[in-house]
Amino acid sequence: MTTRIQKEAKKDSFLINMGPSHPAMHGTIRIMLELDGERVLNSEVEVGYLHRGFEKTCEHKTYFNLLPYTDRMNYVSPLINNLGYVMTMEKMLGIEAPEKAQYIRVIMSELSRISDHLTCLAAMAMECGAFTVFLYKIKAREFIWDVIEETTGARMTTSYIRIGGVRADLHPNYEEVLNKAIVETRKVLKDVHGLLDKNKIFLNRTRDVAVVAPEVAVNYGWTGPCLRSTGVYFDVRKTFPYSVYDQLDFEIPLGERGDNFDRYMVRMKEMEQSLRIIEQAMKKIPKSTAKTMAKGVQPAEAIKASREKRVEKNIILSPNLEGSEKDKYQDILAKSKKYIVPPKEETYTSIEGLINHFQFFMRDHGIRPPKGEVYFAVEGGNGELGYYIVSDGTEKPYRLHVRAPCFHVMAALEEMIQGHYVADVIPTFGSINMIGGEMDR
Amino acid sequence: MEKKEILKELEHQFAEKITATSSDFGDDTLIIDRKSLLEVVQFLKQKPYEYSMLLDLTCVDHMGREPRFEMVYHFFSLTAKHRLRIKVPLSENDLSIESLASIWKNANWLEREVYDMFGVSFTGHPDMRRLFMYDGFEGFPLRKDYPLRKRQPRIRLRK
Repeated sequence: MTTRIQKEAKKDSFLINMGPSHPAMHGTIRIMLELDGERVLNSEVEVGYLHRGFEKTCEHKTYFNLLPYTDRMNYVSPLINNLGYVMTMEKMLGIEAPEKAQYIRVIMSELSRISDHLTCLAAMAMECGAFTVFLYKIKAREFIWDVIEETTGARMTTSYIRIGGVRADLHPNYEEVLNKAIVETRKVLKDVHGLLDKNKIFLNRTRDVAVVAPEVAVNYGWTGPCLRSTGVYFDVRKTFPYSVYDQLDFEIPLGERGDNFDRYMVRMKEMEQSLRIIEQAMKKIPKSTAKTMAKGVQPAEAIKASREKRVEKNIILSPNLEGSEKDKYQDILAKSKKYIVPPKEETYTSIEGLINHFQFFMRDHGIRPPKGEVYFAVEGGNGELGYYIVSDGTEKPYRLHVRAPCFHVMAALEEMIQGHYVADVIPTFGSINMIGGEMDR
Repeated sequence: MEKKEILKELEHQFAEKITATSSDFGDDTLIIDRKSLLEVVQFLKQKPYEYSMLLDLTCVDHMGREPRFEMVYHFFSLTAKHRLRIKVPLSENDLSIESLASIWKNANWLEREVYDMFGVSFTGHPDMRRLFMYDGFEGFPLRKDYPLRKRQPRIRLRK
Protein backbone atom coordinates (compact mmCIF):
# COMPACT_ATOMS: atom_id res chain seq x y z
CA MET A 1 0.00 0.00 0.00
CA THR A 2 1.52 3.25 -1.03
CA THR A 3 0.69 6.50 0.61
CA ARG A 4 -0.51 9.52 -1.28
CA ILE A 5 2.81 11.26 -1.05
CA GLN A 6 4.69 8.29 -2.43
CA LYS A 7 2.57 8.46 -5.53
CA GLU A 8 2.75 12.20 -5.93
CA ALA A 9 6.37 12.85 -5.05
CA LYS A 10 8.79 14.03 -7.69
CA LYS A 11 11.43 11.55 -8.70
CA ASP A 12 14.44 13.50 -7.47
CA SER A 13 13.00 14.63 -4.15
CA PHE A 14 13.80 13.02 -0.85
CA LEU A 15 11.11 11.29 1.20
CA ILE A 16 11.50 11.13 4.95
CA ASN A 17 9.29 9.75 7.64
CA MET A 18 8.70 11.51 10.98
CA GLY A 19 6.90 9.55 13.66
CA PRO A 20 4.77 7.86 14.85
CA SER A 21 7.40 7.21 17.47
CA HIS A 22 9.57 10.24 17.31
CA PRO A 23 10.50 12.30 20.37
CA ALA A 24 9.01 15.48 18.89
CA MET A 25 5.84 13.88 17.58
CA HIS A 26 4.30 13.66 21.03
CA GLY A 27 0.88 12.14 20.82
CA THR A 28 1.76 9.56 18.16
CA ILE A 29 1.38 11.06 14.76
CA ARG A 30 3.14 10.35 11.51
CA ILE A 31 4.26 13.03 9.11
CA MET A 32 5.74 12.02 5.77
CA LEU A 33 7.82 14.77 4.27
CA GLU A 34 8.89 15.29 0.71
CA LEU A 35 12.08 17.29 0.88
CA ASP A 36 14.22 19.31 -1.43
CA GLY A 37 17.38 19.69 0.59
CA GLU A 38 16.02 20.94 3.88
CA ARG A 39 12.88 22.50 2.54
CA VAL A 40 9.52 20.79 2.83
CA LEU A 41 7.94 20.56 -0.62
CA ASN A 42 4.96 18.55 0.43
CA SER A 43 3.81 16.51 3.35
CA GLU A 44 1.23 14.04 4.42
CA VAL A 45 -0.07 13.73 7.94
CA GLU A 46 -1.30 10.35 9.09
CA VAL A 47 -3.39 10.19 12.24
CA GLY A 48 -5.35 7.55 14.08
CA TYR A 49 -2.61 5.86 16.11
CA LEU A 50 -4.49 6.65 19.29
CA HIS A 51 -7.97 5.81 18.05
CA ARG A 52 -9.71 3.89 20.81
CA GLY A 53 -13.28 3.98 19.60
CA PHE A 54 -14.43 6.52 22.15
CA GLU A 55 -17.71 7.21 20.37
CA LYS A 56 -18.54 3.55 19.86
CA THR A 57 -17.76 2.76 23.50
CA CYS A 58 -19.97 5.60 24.70
CA GLU A 59 -22.92 4.24 22.72
CA HIS A 60 -22.70 1.12 24.87
CA LYS A 61 -22.39 2.88 28.23
CA THR A 62 -25.03 4.62 30.29
CA TYR A 63 -24.98 8.39 30.54
CA PHE A 64 -23.52 8.17 34.01
CA ASN A 65 -20.93 5.49 33.24
CA LEU A 66 -19.39 7.15 30.25
CA LEU A 67 -18.17 10.17 32.21
CA PRO A 68 -14.75 8.66 33.04
CA TYR A 69 -14.15 8.07 29.33
CA THR A 70 -14.33 11.79 28.70
CA ASP A 71 -11.34 12.26 31.03
CA ARG A 72 -9.24 10.32 28.63
CA MET A 73 -9.74 12.55 25.63
CA ASN A 74 -7.73 15.65 26.33
CA TYR A 75 -5.82 14.10 29.18
CA VAL A 76 -4.05 17.34 30.09
CA SER A 77 -7.29 19.18 30.85
CA PRO A 78 -9.75 16.42 31.78
CA LEU A 79 -11.95 18.72 33.85
CA ILE A 80 -12.93 20.75 30.81
CA ASN A 81 -13.88 17.54 29.00
CA ASN A 82 -16.05 16.56 31.96
CA LEU A 83 -17.61 20.00 31.97
CA GLY A 84 -18.41 19.88 28.26
CA TYR A 85 -20.15 16.54 28.51
CA VAL A 86 -21.95 17.39 31.72
CA MET A 87 -23.24 20.72 30.47
CA THR A 88 -24.50 19.09 27.28
CA MET A 89 -26.43 16.62 29.42
CA GLU A 90 -27.72 19.42 31.63
CA LYS A 91 -28.96 21.26 28.57
CA MET A 92 -30.79 18.12 27.54
CA LEU A 93 -32.21 17.34 30.98
CA GLY A 94 -33.04 20.94 31.79
CA ILE A 95 -31.29 21.07 35.14
CA GLU A 96 -28.83 23.59 36.46
CA ALA A 97 -26.08 23.30 39.01
CA PRO A 98 -26.18 25.50 42.13
CA GLU A 99 -24.14 28.68 42.17
CA LYS A 100 -21.33 27.35 44.30
CA ALA A 101 -20.87 24.39 41.96
CA GLN A 102 -20.74 26.80 39.01
CA TYR A 103 -17.88 28.69 40.63
CA ILE A 104 -16.06 25.47 41.43
CA ARG A 105 -16.47 24.45 37.80
CA VAL A 106 -15.03 27.74 36.60
CA ILE A 107 -12.05 27.48 38.93
CA MET A 108 -11.41 23.91 37.89
CA SER A 109 -11.72 24.53 34.19
CA GLU A 110 -9.42 27.53 34.35
CA LEU A 111 -6.85 25.49 36.28
CA SER A 112 -7.10 22.86 33.57
CA ARG A 113 -6.70 25.48 30.87
CA ILE A 114 -3.51 26.68 32.51
CA SER A 115 -2.19 23.15 32.80
CA ASP A 116 -3.06 22.55 29.15
CA HIS A 117 -1.27 25.67 27.94
CA LEU A 118 1.70 25.00 30.21
CA THR A 119 2.10 21.50 28.81
CA CYS A 120 1.80 22.67 25.23
CA LEU A 121 4.33 25.46 25.58
CA ALA A 122 6.66 23.35 27.71
CA ALA A 123 6.86 20.71 25.01
CA MET A 124 7.18 23.30 22.28
CA ALA A 125 10.04 25.06 24.05
CA MET A 126 11.79 21.82 24.92
CA GLU A 127 11.78 20.73 21.31
CA CYS A 128 13.44 24.01 20.42
CA GLY A 129 16.16 23.20 22.93
CA ALA A 130 14.92 25.29 25.86
CA PHE A 131 14.97 22.56 28.46
CA THR A 132 14.92 25.04 31.34
CA VAL A 133 11.58 26.38 30.19
CA PHE A 134 10.23 22.86 30.08
CA LEU A 135 11.26 22.17 33.67
CA TYR A 136 9.92 25.50 34.93
CA LYS A 137 6.57 24.94 33.30
CA ILE A 138 6.21 21.39 34.44
CA LYS A 139 7.02 22.62 37.94
CA ALA A 140 4.20 25.16 37.72
CA ARG A 141 1.90 22.45 36.42
CA GLU A 142 2.68 20.34 39.46
CA PHE A 143 1.41 23.14 41.71
CA ILE A 144 -1.76 23.38 39.63
CA TRP A 145 -2.26 19.65 39.82
CA ASP A 146 -1.76 19.74 43.58
CA VAL A 147 -4.84 21.94 43.82
CA ILE A 148 -6.80 19.62 41.56
CA GLU A 149 -5.61 16.56 43.41
CA GLU A 150 -6.52 17.90 46.81
CA THR A 151 -10.13 18.50 45.87
CA THR A 152 -10.83 15.82 43.28
CA GLY A 153 -8.56 13.07 44.58
CA ALA A 154 -6.92 12.52 41.21
CA ARG A 155 -4.39 14.33 39.10
CA MET A 156 -5.47 13.59 35.57
CA THR A 157 -8.44 11.26 35.36
CA THR A 158 -10.61 13.17 37.73
CA SER A 159 -14.26 12.54 36.71
CA TYR A 160 -14.99 15.30 39.18
CA ILE A 161 -17.63 17.34 37.44
CA ARG A 162 -20.91 15.45 37.53
CA ILE A 163 -24.30 15.89 35.95
CA GLY A 164 -26.05 18.47 38.11
CA GLY A 165 -22.99 19.77 39.88
CA VAL A 166 -19.65 18.49 41.11
CA ARG A 167 -18.54 15.37 42.93
CA ALA A 168 -17.45 16.96 46.19
CA ASP A 169 -17.03 20.29 47.86
CA LEU A 170 -13.72 22.10 47.69
CA HIS A 171 -11.15 20.86 50.15
CA PRO A 172 -11.15 22.95 53.36
CA ASN A 173 -7.51 23.77 52.70
CA TYR A 174 -7.93 24.64 49.02
CA GLU A 175 -7.41 28.40 49.33
CA GLU A 176 -3.92 28.04 50.71
CA VAL A 177 -2.84 25.56 48.04
CA LEU A 178 -4.50 27.53 45.28
CA ASN A 179 -2.89 30.80 46.35
CA LYS A 180 0.47 29.08 46.33
CA ALA A 181 -0.17 27.70 42.85
CA ILE A 182 -1.16 31.15 41.58
CA VAL A 183 1.98 32.76 43.00
CA GLU A 184 4.23 30.03 41.61
CA THR A 185 2.59 30.07 38.19
CA ARG A 186 2.94 33.86 37.96
CA LYS A 187 6.64 33.51 38.81
CA VAL A 188 7.11 30.86 36.14
CA LEU A 189 5.27 32.89 33.53
CA LYS A 190 7.52 35.86 34.27
CA ASP A 191 10.63 33.71 34.02
CA VAL A 192 9.48 32.15 30.77
CA HIS A 193 8.73 35.54 29.25
CA GLY A 194 12.27 36.53 30.15
CA LEU A 195 13.76 33.36 28.73
CA LEU A 196 11.91 33.12 25.44
CA ASP A 197 10.42 36.42 24.29
CA LYS A 198 13.66 37.83 22.92
CA ASN A 199 15.56 34.60 22.53
CA LYS A 200 17.12 34.53 19.07
CA ILE A 201 17.01 30.76 18.70
CA PHE A 202 13.36 30.64 19.68
CA LEU A 203 12.43 33.62 17.53
CA ASN A 204 14.11 32.18 14.45
CA ARG A 205 11.97 29.10 14.69
CA THR A 206 8.75 30.90 15.55
CA ARG A 207 8.59 34.47 14.18
CA ASP A 208 6.94 34.47 10.74
CA VAL A 209 7.02 30.71 10.59
CA ALA A 210 3.83 28.91 9.62
CA VAL A 211 1.83 32.09 9.20
CA VAL A 212 -1.89 31.48 8.91
CA ALA A 213 -4.21 34.18 7.61
CA PRO A 214 -7.46 34.79 9.50
CA GLU A 215 -9.60 33.74 6.52
CA VAL A 216 -7.70 30.48 6.21
CA ALA A 217 -8.01 29.80 9.93
CA VAL A 218 -11.78 30.35 9.80
CA ASN A 219 -12.02 28.20 6.69
CA TYR A 220 -10.29 25.38 8.53
CA GLY A 221 -12.69 25.69 11.45
CA TRP A 222 -9.98 26.74 13.88
CA THR A 223 -11.09 27.84 17.32
CA GLY A 224 -9.39 28.67 20.57
CA PRO A 225 -5.91 30.15 20.99
CA CYS A 226 -4.87 29.17 17.46
CA LEU A 227 -7.73 31.13 15.89
CA ARG A 228 -7.20 34.06 18.21
CA SER A 229 -3.52 34.19 17.29
CA THR A 230 -4.61 35.20 13.78
CA GLY A 231 -6.58 38.10 15.21
CA VAL A 232 -10.11 36.70 15.00
CA TYR A 233 -12.11 37.41 18.13
CA PHE A 234 -13.97 34.27 19.10
CA ASP A 235 -14.07 32.65 22.49
CA VAL A 236 -16.95 30.45 23.59
CA ARG A 237 -16.66 31.91 27.09
CA LYS A 238 -17.50 35.36 25.72
CA THR A 239 -19.68 34.56 22.72
CA PHE A 240 -21.89 31.94 24.36
CA PRO A 241 -21.22 32.52 28.08
CA TYR A 242 -21.84 29.39 30.10
CA SER A 243 -21.62 28.75 33.83
CA VAL A 244 -20.73 32.06 35.55
CA TYR A 245 -18.27 33.39 33.00
CA ASP A 246 -20.55 36.35 32.29
CA GLN A 247 -20.10 37.54 35.87
CA LEU A 248 -16.32 37.54 35.72
CA ASP A 249 -14.08 40.14 34.19
CA PHE A 250 -11.44 38.89 31.79
CA GLU A 251 -9.93 39.72 28.45
CA ILE A 252 -9.40 37.68 25.32
CA PRO A 253 -5.82 38.13 24.10
CA LEU A 254 -5.44 38.33 20.33
CA GLY A 255 -2.45 37.85 18.08
CA GLU A 256 -1.59 39.84 14.98
CA ARG A 257 0.27 37.69 12.52
CA GLY A 258 -0.88 34.17 13.19
CA ASP A 259 2.60 32.68 13.30
CA ASN A 260 4.13 30.29 15.80
CA PHE A 261 5.22 33.11 18.05
CA ASP A 262 1.71 34.54 18.23
CA ARG A 263 0.32 31.16 19.15
CA TYR A 264 2.90 31.01 21.94
CA MET A 265 2.13 34.56 23.07
CA VAL A 266 -1.64 34.16 23.03
CA ARG A 267 -1.34 31.08 25.24
CA MET A 268 0.98 32.89 27.65
CA LYS A 269 -1.40 35.84 27.93
CA GLU A 270 -4.39 33.55 28.27
CA MET A 271 -2.83 31.91 31.29
CA GLU A 272 -2.55 35.31 32.96
CA GLN A 273 -6.24 35.91 32.24
CA SER A 274 -7.10 32.49 33.62
CA LEU A 275 -5.27 33.35 36.83
CA ARG A 276 -7.32 36.55 37.00
CA ILE A 277 -10.52 34.55 36.58
CA ILE A 278 -9.52 32.18 39.35
CA GLU A 279 -8.75 35.04 41.73
CA GLN A 280 -12.11 36.66 41.05
CA ALA A 281 -13.94 33.36 41.38
CA MET A 282 -12.23 32.71 44.70
CA LYS A 283 -13.56 36.00 46.02
CA LYS A 284 -17.04 35.56 44.61
CA ILE A 285 -17.61 31.92 45.46
CA PRO A 286 -20.52 31.62 47.91
CA LYS A 287 -19.77 30.29 51.37
CA SER A 288 -20.94 26.81 52.20
CA THR A 289 -24.27 26.70 53.93
CA ALA A 290 -23.14 23.57 55.74
CA LYS A 291 -20.45 23.55 58.37
CA THR A 292 -17.08 22.80 56.82
CA MET A 293 -16.50 19.62 58.74
CA ALA A 294 -19.74 18.30 60.14
CA LYS A 295 -19.47 16.63 63.51
CA GLY A 296 -21.00 13.23 63.51
CA VAL A 297 -20.65 9.50 63.94
CA GLN A 298 -18.30 7.20 62.09
CA PRO A 299 -19.78 5.28 59.11
CA ALA A 300 -19.33 1.87 60.77
CA GLU A 301 -21.18 2.97 63.89
CA ALA A 302 -23.94 4.48 61.78
CA ILE A 303 -24.47 1.27 59.83
CA LYS A 304 -24.59 -0.69 63.07
CA ALA A 305 -27.08 1.74 64.59
CA SER A 306 -29.21 1.75 61.46
CA ARG A 307 -30.10 -1.89 62.02
CA GLU A 308 -32.19 -0.84 64.99
CA LYS A 309 -33.46 2.60 64.10
CA ARG A 310 -33.00 5.42 61.60
CA VAL A 311 -29.78 7.36 62.10
CA GLU A 312 -30.54 11.03 62.63
CA LYS A 313 -27.01 12.20 63.33
CA ASN A 314 -24.51 13.32 60.73
CA ILE A 315 -22.21 10.69 59.39
CA ILE A 316 -18.59 11.56 58.77
CA LEU A 317 -17.40 10.82 55.27
CA SER A 318 -14.30 12.03 53.55
CA PRO A 319 -15.35 14.96 51.37
CA ASN A 320 -13.07 13.88 48.56
CA LEU A 321 -12.95 10.22 48.01
CA GLU A 322 -15.96 8.62 49.63
CA GLY A 323 -18.57 11.03 48.39
CA SER A 324 -19.60 14.31 49.84
CA GLU A 325 -21.62 14.62 52.97
CA LYS A 326 -25.35 14.99 52.63
CA ASP A 327 -25.19 18.45 54.16
CA LYS A 328 -23.11 19.72 51.29
CA TYR A 329 -25.30 18.38 48.53
CA GLN A 330 -27.40 21.52 48.40
CA ASP A 331 -24.32 23.60 47.62
CA ILE A 332 -22.77 21.44 44.99
CA LEU A 333 -25.50 19.39 43.32
CA ALA A 334 -28.82 20.27 41.74
CA LYS A 335 -31.98 19.31 43.57
CA SER A 336 -33.12 16.37 41.53
CA LYS A 337 -33.59 12.83 42.73
CA LYS A 338 -33.66 11.46 39.21
CA TYR A 339 -30.32 12.65 37.96
CA ILE A 340 -28.16 12.79 41.09
CA VAL A 341 -26.49 9.88 42.84
CA PRO A 342 -28.15 9.75 46.27
CA PRO A 343 -25.92 10.56 49.26
CA LYS A 344 -24.01 7.58 50.61
CA GLU A 345 -25.25 8.17 54.16
CA GLU A 346 -28.79 7.50 52.99
CA THR A 347 -27.88 4.56 50.79
CA TYR A 348 -26.23 2.71 53.64
CA THR A 349 -28.62 3.57 56.44
CA SER A 350 -32.16 3.83 55.03
CA ILE A 351 -34.30 1.71 52.77
CA GLU A 352 -35.45 4.68 50.65
CA GLY A 353 -31.85 5.66 50.08
CA LEU A 354 -31.01 2.15 48.99
CA ILE A 355 -33.93 2.06 46.57
CA ASN A 356 -32.89 5.44 45.17
CA HIS A 357 -29.40 4.12 44.71
CA PHE A 358 -30.58 1.05 42.81
CA GLN A 359 -32.97 3.12 40.73
CA PHE A 360 -30.01 5.16 39.65
CA PHE A 361 -27.59 2.37 38.86
CA MET A 362 -29.81 -0.57 37.88
CA ARG A 363 -29.99 -1.72 34.29
CA ASP A 364 -32.70 0.03 32.26
CA HIS A 365 -32.94 2.70 34.94
CA GLY A 366 -30.86 5.74 35.64
CA ILE A 367 -30.63 8.93 33.67
CA ARG A 368 -33.04 8.95 30.75
CA PRO A 369 -33.08 12.20 28.82
CA PRO A 370 -35.95 13.02 26.48
CA LYS A 371 -35.71 12.06 22.82
CA GLY A 372 -33.88 14.51 20.65
CA GLU A 373 -30.46 15.79 19.84
CA VAL A 374 -28.38 18.51 21.37
CA TYR A 375 -25.12 20.28 20.71
CA PHE A 376 -23.26 22.19 23.36
CA ALA A 377 -19.75 23.52 23.45
CA VAL A 378 -17.35 24.84 26.04
CA GLU A 379 -14.03 26.54 25.56
CA GLY A 380 -11.46 23.81 25.92
CA GLY A 381 -7.71 24.26 26.05
CA ASN A 382 -7.53 24.09 22.26
CA GLY A 383 -10.80 25.72 21.35
CA GLU A 384 -14.45 24.89 21.02
CA LEU A 385 -14.96 21.48 22.55
CA GLY A 386 -18.42 20.48 21.44
CA TYR A 387 -20.56 17.48 22.26
CA TYR A 388 -23.31 16.33 19.95
CA ILE A 389 -25.58 13.81 21.64
CA VAL A 390 -28.52 12.03 20.05
CA SER A 391 -30.87 10.48 22.58
CA ASP A 392 -33.52 7.89 21.81
CA GLY A 393 -35.05 8.06 25.28
CA THR A 394 -33.12 5.14 26.74
CA GLU A 395 -30.39 5.17 29.37
CA LYS A 396 -27.62 5.02 26.75
CA PRO A 397 -26.78 7.68 24.19
CA TYR A 398 -27.82 6.66 20.68
CA ARG A 399 -24.95 8.61 19.25
CA LEU A 400 -22.30 10.71 20.89
CA HIS A 401 -19.94 12.77 18.80
CA VAL A 402 -17.20 15.03 20.01
CA ARG A 403 -16.05 18.05 18.12
CA ALA A 404 -12.37 17.87 18.94
CA PRO A 405 -10.79 21.31 18.57
CA CYS A 406 -7.30 20.11 17.65
CA PHE A 407 -8.66 17.92 14.86
CA HIS A 408 -9.40 21.03 12.83
CA VAL A 409 -6.08 22.63 13.64
CA MET A 410 -4.19 19.48 12.70
CA ALA A 411 -5.99 19.34 9.37
CA ALA A 412 -4.13 22.52 8.47
CA LEU A 413 -0.67 21.23 9.41
CA GLU A 414 0.20 20.09 5.87
CA GLU A 415 -0.46 23.55 4.56
CA MET A 416 1.33 25.26 7.45
CA ILE A 417 4.66 23.50 7.07
CA GLN A 418 4.78 23.68 3.29
CA GLY A 419 7.83 25.60 2.13
CA HIS A 420 9.48 25.72 5.55
CA TYR A 421 12.56 23.94 6.88
CA VAL A 422 12.43 20.57 8.59
CA ALA A 423 13.50 22.32 11.79
CA ASP A 424 10.35 24.48 11.59
CA VAL A 425 8.08 21.47 11.48
CA ILE A 426 8.70 20.69 15.12
CA PRO A 427 7.87 24.07 16.73
CA THR A 428 4.92 24.41 14.35
CA PHE A 429 3.61 21.06 15.45
CA GLY A 430 4.32 22.01 19.07
CA SER A 431 2.48 25.31 18.81
CA ILE A 432 -0.82 23.75 17.78
CA ASN A 433 -0.97 21.48 20.82
CA MET A 434 -2.20 18.27 19.31
CA ILE A 435 -3.50 15.90 21.96
CA GLY A 436 -3.74 12.40 20.59
CA GLY A 437 -6.57 11.29 22.84
CA GLU A 438 -8.75 14.19 21.84
CA MET A 439 -7.94 14.16 18.17
CA ASP A 440 -8.25 10.43 17.43
CA ARG A 441 -10.89 9.79 20.10
CA MET B 1 -35.79 36.43 18.67
CA GLU B 2 -33.19 36.67 15.97
CA LYS B 3 -32.61 32.94 15.80
CA LYS B 4 -36.15 32.17 14.78
CA GLU B 5 -35.94 34.87 12.13
CA ILE B 6 -33.02 33.17 10.47
CA LEU B 7 -34.99 29.96 10.15
CA LYS B 8 -38.02 31.85 8.84
CA GLU B 9 -35.98 33.72 6.28
CA LEU B 10 -34.38 30.53 5.09
CA GLU B 11 -37.73 28.81 4.85
CA HIS B 12 -38.90 31.68 2.73
CA GLN B 13 -35.78 31.63 0.55
CA PHE B 14 -35.69 27.88 -0.08
CA ALA B 15 -39.34 27.08 0.35
CA GLU B 16 -39.39 23.85 -1.64
CA LYS B 17 -35.93 22.64 -0.63
CA ILE B 18 -36.32 22.62 3.13
CA THR B 19 -38.12 19.56 4.43
CA ALA B 20 -38.45 20.71 8.03
CA THR B 21 -37.07 23.12 10.61
CA SER B 22 -36.91 22.84 14.36
CA SER B 23 -35.47 24.55 17.41
CA ASP B 24 -35.48 21.73 19.94
CA PHE B 25 -33.36 22.52 23.02
CA GLY B 26 -32.63 25.88 21.41
CA ASP B 27 -30.57 24.40 18.56
CA ASP B 28 -31.79 25.73 15.23
CA THR B 29 -31.98 22.93 12.71
CA LEU B 30 -32.74 22.66 9.02
CA ILE B 31 -33.48 19.39 7.28
CA ILE B 32 -32.80 19.55 3.57
CA ASP B 33 -32.52 17.21 0.64
CA ARG B 34 -29.03 16.16 -0.42
CA LYS B 35 -29.48 17.62 -3.90
CA SER B 36 -29.80 21.13 -2.55
CA LEU B 37 -27.01 20.87 0.06
CA LEU B 38 -24.33 22.68 -1.95
CA GLU B 39 -26.67 25.44 -3.00
CA VAL B 40 -27.93 26.06 0.53
CA VAL B 41 -24.54 26.07 2.23
CA GLN B 42 -23.03 28.31 -0.42
CA PHE B 43 -25.91 30.73 0.08
CA LEU B 44 -25.40 30.59 3.84
CA LYS B 45 -21.70 31.30 3.50
CA GLN B 46 -22.38 34.60 1.72
CA LYS B 47 -23.56 37.81 3.32
CA PRO B 48 -25.81 38.58 5.12
CA TYR B 49 -25.62 35.25 7.01
CA GLU B 50 -21.91 34.53 6.77
CA TYR B 51 -21.85 31.03 8.17
CA SER B 52 -18.17 31.04 7.40
CA MET B 53 -17.12 28.27 9.76
CA LEU B 54 -17.85 24.59 9.40
CA LEU B 55 -17.81 23.64 13.05
CA ASP B 56 -18.51 19.98 12.75
CA LEU B 57 -19.61 17.31 10.37
CA THR B 58 -20.76 13.88 11.36
CA CYS B 59 -23.22 11.15 10.59
CA VAL B 60 -25.85 9.25 12.56
CA ASP B 61 -26.93 5.70 11.77
CA HIS B 62 -30.65 5.23 12.42
CA MET B 63 -30.72 1.52 11.74
CA GLY B 64 -34.17 0.20 10.93
CA ARG B 65 -35.43 3.54 9.77
CA GLU B 66 -35.72 4.74 6.21
CA PRO B 67 -33.66 6.70 5.21
CA ARG B 68 -31.12 4.98 7.40
CA PHE B 69 -28.32 7.55 7.61
CA GLU B 70 -28.34 11.19 8.43
CA MET B 71 -25.52 13.63 7.81
CA VAL B 72 -25.26 16.35 10.43
CA TYR B 73 -23.47 19.63 9.72
CA HIS B 74 -22.87 22.35 12.27
CA PHE B 75 -22.14 25.82 10.95
CA PHE B 76 -21.14 28.91 12.85
CA SER B 77 -21.46 32.53 11.91
CA LEU B 78 -18.89 34.83 13.51
CA THR B 79 -20.86 37.96 12.69
CA ALA B 80 -24.29 36.73 13.81
CA LYS B 81 -22.77 34.64 16.65
CA HIS B 82 -25.09 31.83 15.82
CA ARG B 83 -24.78 28.10 15.32
CA LEU B 84 -26.92 26.36 12.73
CA ARG B 85 -27.40 22.65 12.24
CA ILE B 86 -28.20 21.20 8.85
CA LYS B 87 -29.31 17.60 8.54
CA VAL B 88 -29.41 15.64 5.33
CA PRO B 89 -31.06 12.20 5.27
CA LEU B 90 -29.27 9.56 3.20
CA SER B 91 -30.64 6.28 2.00
CA GLU B 92 -28.61 3.12 2.49
CA ASN B 93 -29.00 2.10 -1.17
CA ASP B 94 -27.36 5.23 -2.48
CA LEU B 95 -24.95 6.32 0.21
CA SER B 96 -23.29 9.31 -1.34
CA ILE B 97 -23.40 13.06 -0.92
CA GLU B 98 -21.64 16.09 -2.38
CA SER B 99 -18.35 16.87 -0.72
CA LEU B 100 -17.83 20.24 0.96
CA ALA B 101 -14.05 19.96 0.76
CA SER B 102 -13.85 22.58 -1.98
CA ILE B 103 -15.65 25.14 0.20
CA TRP B 104 -14.30 24.33 3.66
CA LYS B 105 -10.83 22.91 3.99
CA ASN B 106 -11.47 21.02 7.22
CA ALA B 107 -14.25 19.14 5.46
CA ASN B 108 -11.49 17.11 3.83
CA TRP B 109 -10.56 15.31 7.05
CA LEU B 110 -14.05 15.39 8.54
CA GLU B 111 -15.48 13.65 5.49
CA ARG B 112 -12.68 11.11 5.52
CA GLU B 113 -13.62 10.35 9.12
CA VAL B 114 -17.27 9.87 8.19
CA TYR B 115 -16.28 7.66 5.26
CA ASP B 116 -14.06 5.68 7.62
CA MET B 117 -16.70 5.19 10.29
CA PHE B 118 -19.93 4.97 8.28
CA GLY B 119 -18.99 4.26 4.68
CA VAL B 120 -20.62 7.35 3.25
CA SER B 121 -18.88 8.31 0.02
CA PHE B 122 -18.43 11.94 -0.89
CA THR B 123 -18.52 12.89 -4.54
CA GLY B 124 -15.88 15.42 -5.48
CA HIS B 125 -13.65 14.67 -2.49
CA PRO B 126 -9.98 14.98 -3.45
CA ASP B 127 -8.61 12.14 -1.32
CA MET B 128 -11.24 9.61 -0.26
CA ARG B 129 -9.39 7.26 2.10
CA ARG B 130 -9.83 6.07 5.64
CA LEU B 131 -8.59 8.51 8.28
CA PHE B 132 -8.32 6.71 11.63
CA MET B 133 -8.51 3.07 10.58
CA TYR B 134 -5.92 1.39 8.43
CA ASP B 135 -6.22 0.28 4.81
CA GLY B 136 -7.57 -3.22 4.84
CA PHE B 137 -9.94 -2.68 7.74
CA GLU B 138 -13.21 -4.42 7.00
CA GLY B 139 -16.55 -2.80 7.70
CA PHE B 140 -17.52 0.52 9.17
CA PRO B 141 -17.15 0.60 12.96
CA LEU B 142 -19.67 3.25 13.95
CA ARG B 143 -22.55 1.62 12.12
CA LYS B 144 -25.08 0.10 14.46
CA ASP B 145 -24.73 -3.37 12.91
CA TYR B 146 -20.99 -3.44 13.66
CA PRO B 147 -20.57 -5.33 16.97
CA LEU B 148 -18.71 -3.59 19.79
CA ARG B 149 -16.18 -6.36 20.29
CA LYS B 150 -15.72 -7.53 16.73
CA ARG B 151 -12.16 -8.56 15.90
CA GLN B 152 -10.44 -7.91 12.63
CA PRO B 153 -8.17 -10.34 10.81
CA ARG B 154 -4.46 -9.66 10.89
CA ILE B 155 -3.09 -7.77 7.97
CA ARG B 156 0.38 -7.94 6.51
CA LEU B 157 2.95 -5.41 7.57
CA ARG B 158 3.14 -2.41 5.33
CA LYS B 159 6.24 -2.37 3.18
